[in-house]
Amino acid sequence: MTHPHAAPAIPEAEPAGTTPARTPLDVLHRHLDTHLEATARVWFRRALDEAAEHPGTHGPISVWELRLAEAGRRCGGRYADAARVLILRAARADPESLARVYFQGTAEERRAVLHALPHLVSGPDALPLVEDALRTHDTRLVAAAVGPYAARHLDAHAWRHAVLKCLFAGVPVDEVAGLEQRARADAELARMLGDYATERTAAGRPVPRDLHRVLTLTGLTDPTALTDPTAVTDPNAPTSTDSGAPTPDLHRTDPPGTGGSHRPAHPHGKES
Amino acid sequence: MRIFDPHIHMTSRTTDDYEAMHEAGVRAVVEPAFWLGQPRTSAASFLDYFDSLLGWEPFRAAQYGIAHHCALALNPKEANDPRCAAVLEELPRYLVKDHVVAVGEIGYDSMTPAEDTALAAQLQLAADHALPALVHTPHRDKLAGLHRTLDVVRESALPPDRVLLDHLNETTVKEAKDADCWLGFSVYPDTKMDETRMIGILRLYGPEKVLVNSAADWGRSDPLKTRRVADLMLASGFTADDVDLVLWRNPVAFFGLSGRLALEVTAPDPTHEGNSILRGGE
Repeated sequence: MTHPHAAPAIPEAEPAGTTPARTPLDVLHRHLDTHLEATARVWFRRALDEAAEHPGTHGPISVWELRLAEAGRRCGGRYADAARVLILRAARADPESLARVYFQGTAEERRAVLHALPHLVSGPDALPLVEDALRTHDTRLVAAAVGPYAARHLDAHAWRHAVLKCLFAGVPVDEVAGLEQRARADAELARMLGDYATERTAAGRPVPRDLHRVLTLTGLTDPTALTDPTAVTDPNAPTSTDSGAPTPDLHRTDPPGTGGSHRPAHPHGKES
Repeated sequence: MRIFDPHIHMTSRTTDDYEAMHEAGVRAVVEPAFWLGQPRTSAASFLDYFDSLLGWEPFRAAQYGIAHHCALALNPKEANDPRCAAVLEELPRYLVKDHVVAVGEIGYDSMTPAEDTALAAQLQLAADHALPALVHTPHRDKLAGLHRTLDVVRESALPPDRVLLDHLNETTVKEAKDADCWLGFSVYPDTKMDETRMIGILRLYGPEKVLVNSAADWGRSDPLKTRRVADLMLASGFTADDVDLVLWRNPVAFFGLSGRLALEVTAPDPTHEGNSILRGGE
């Protein structure tokens, strides 16, 4: 290892572009079975058997929880997420167990629990785990938190803030499950994105490319309104030429029923 | 030059330090659990700290291309507070985690009966979990403390060649070496060990089983002391291979005894948008 490389926000599961949260568990299982090295495969199969035979809580630490903890060094970082999700399934982990191993887990274990939620929990019982992960500043956890379980259960306010947090933290919005469906016609999300773009532009900073994408997905952009009046009339706001920021091609979109009045932008707001 | 700092408290350091460390050649660190300056008053306070060493801190380190591992323990000073000693019961479930490569720092501070108990119990935990142990030697009454430490190690289930005795100096190095332990030296601006004395010790005792660390923390300390020692070694006639042995291969060999060392680090390019630490402060 000599130089940092690759983005950590995308779990290293194969095939590329999928995550353990979005892949059917039987597909994940077959994938691990064919790709793990011989020693790791033996360990993994035994771990699943043990979890299936001894689910629940027993002794100071249940055997499946022990296997969950050591999956990284046994299977390698590339397959650890998938192995952990499958161990959780084998142990038939309920929301209570999932919460325990999440809060007693390393960042990697927490990420695996988040990936397991859409597979193992049908109702909203595990939302506190998603909310916890969204409070962190660890992009690996934030990315894992905005998977299919969040798409299904997170309320509108929390979901919008999760999307905004991805833009703040640089988590690619590709990680946000159900983005198209949930963003569509979300006027409040469009308003938040517009305000954020205004704030960035006013500060002479670039607007994240993903922001434009999400704004387009809301379907609430108005191609005739090319500038934000609050940004151009703010005497403290640098222009795009002197700031080096991209042309502010964003514009505000008002939620229906606001009569077209803009809330003042807050170009001096603190970012994080 | 590749550098492994085997004892540094990054929790107490800024991201500027991570950046400077990477620039200086640091590619791996071990962060042992220690006293935070302000005494803790409950076991729960340790658990949040352990979680940080297994979550946030490795994430932060990875942003700068540095592999972060930790050693976990009840430190000697706080072993004397009965409100904290309960953390010993929580340690087993932490010692099975990936990234935990040793039990530490354990050892003596004031050489009390409570410290005796905590040291013996945690050497046993290290043996039970197939982990080596990072053992701090006391700053006050050091030589007597070393003798007592070696006695407890000999009585324990952990072989001395799985023990790293840290904060050694001219008065303690020989006995530690004769006991077949690994030899740790903390190079500090004012106290403990300095670069020039370190060269003298390396000349006298050789580079085998010697580890040099900055032990940088919230006190007057310098996270680049490992690099300063490496530079002075080269200037003093040691070979690049000697430097690599002391600053990389020895710590890799010692913490590798855990079977859990993973030196590949996956991190975004510093300019990548995924770098939330850089962006968070914009």
